[in-house]
Amino acid sequence: MPARSCALCNKANAILKRPKTGQQICKQCFFIVFETEVHNTITNANLFKPGDRVAIGASGGKDSTVLAYVMKTLNDRYNYGLQLYLLSIDEGITGYRDDSLETVKRNQTQYDLPLKILSYDELYGWTMDRIVEQIGKKNNCTFCGVFRRQALDRGASMLNVDHIVTGHNADDIAETVLMNIMRGDIARLGRCTLICTQGEDTIKRSKPFKYTYEKEIVMYAYFKKLDYFSTECIYSPDAYRGHARAFLKDLEAARPSAIIDIIHSGEAFEVAEEIKLKDQRTCTRCGYISSNELCKACALLEGLERGIAGMGVNQYHLDNLKQYRRESIAQH
Amino acid sequence: MSLDQLNLKIVFGGGLELLFSNQRSHNISIPSRVNSKLYNGETTTTEEQNIKSFSRRPGILVLINDTDWELEGEGDYVLNDGDEIVLISTLHGG
Ligand SMILES: [Zn+2]
Ligand SMILES: [Zn+2]
Repeated sequence: MPARSCALCNKANAILKRPKTGQQICKQCFFIVFETEVHNTITNANLFKPGDRVAIGASGGKDSTVLAYVMKTLNDRYNYGLQLYLLSIDEGITGYRDDSLETVKRNQTQYDLPLKILSYDELYGWTMDRIVEQIGKKNNCTFCGVFRRQALDRGASMLNVDHIVTGHNADDIAETVLMNIMRGDIARLGRCTLICTQGEDTIKRSKPFKYTYEKEIVMYAYFKKLDYFSTECIYSPDAYRGHARAFLKDLEAARPSAIIDIIHSGEAFEVAEEIKLKDQRTCTRCGYISSNELCKACALLEGLERGIAGMGVNQYHLDNLKQYRRESIAQH
Repeated sequence: MSLDQLNLKIVFGGGLELLFSNQRSHNISIPSRVNSKLYNGETTTTEEQNIKSFSRRPGILVLINDTDWELEGEGDYVLNDGDEIVLISTLHGG
């Protein structure tokens, strides 16, 4: 087969067919367009301002590894003036997270970014291994999701950052749109396509890869020879998401624009937001911002602890949480 | 094609290597035929069968000699001696 030349520079051999445009491009042009598109996403959405302290949620997987590399590259190239950090959560999953954290530690050196690791064990007094031991594999993702969200916020407070960026890509977002439609979760449908969200706390969360296809992220990591970890979480048989993902991949095979089309559909839904004037209060147990007496994490923890007769609340970890909370109040 | 055997290097990434004793790189030989397409109706070896079933599954990226196989005619690509085929899963972990 004759070598095809790049559609952009007309010189080098094409090595990739872009899923978004069908263009055939060479390696160097691919790097440039990939990075430039992320830069455009960042500047169009005004995600950052000079001096911002930004934590990259780093799992050691492909998306966050590429994100860390690209954020570092763009910050240097375009003088964003950001102070970047890697923030990792150790869920306490033997054979999964301990291996992926080794990858993050290597990234810390490779990209010369400070790393903060925060564990469920130190924050909540529970590892996912122990939670699964107690409740089984069925609903453990609920625990993990609530705990991770709060852990990232707490880690962000400890690093005194105002912004967390995560590696969610276009495929992830399209998949979430589909899942929210299939579950009838209209409130989430309105939020899941936003590039930047700000929750009850003051910390912003953004997705610079909102328009970046997964295929290109994996190809970018491959051609840049980036060091990432790739194993499925041993506790995550999220069958529903798996079906949504397989369906999306089939749609993409038939028409590559399906992913962006679904994101646009999600954006086009006008979701009438109920004006929530619920009082901001703090969790009576740990002091975290909450709209109820107990924050979501503590409500789950109470359930776990009730399940173990006589174990009760671990005072040491409670004190830990209060300490973190005081630190984060002091910093804001 | 004058060779009786095609020597191929198969590389797995993105978690697929876990299905192959956690070994990323495999050197295999398959009998050459007049038309050794990357996959066609009949398969001869388990390796070839595996390539066939993987590449047809969504979420697996295929590169032939470091080029996206979508530029190489995908399954119509005719294998040459010494080709390197890389299969990477996109589905594992974020
Ligand atoms: Zn080019
Ligand atoms: Zn709480």
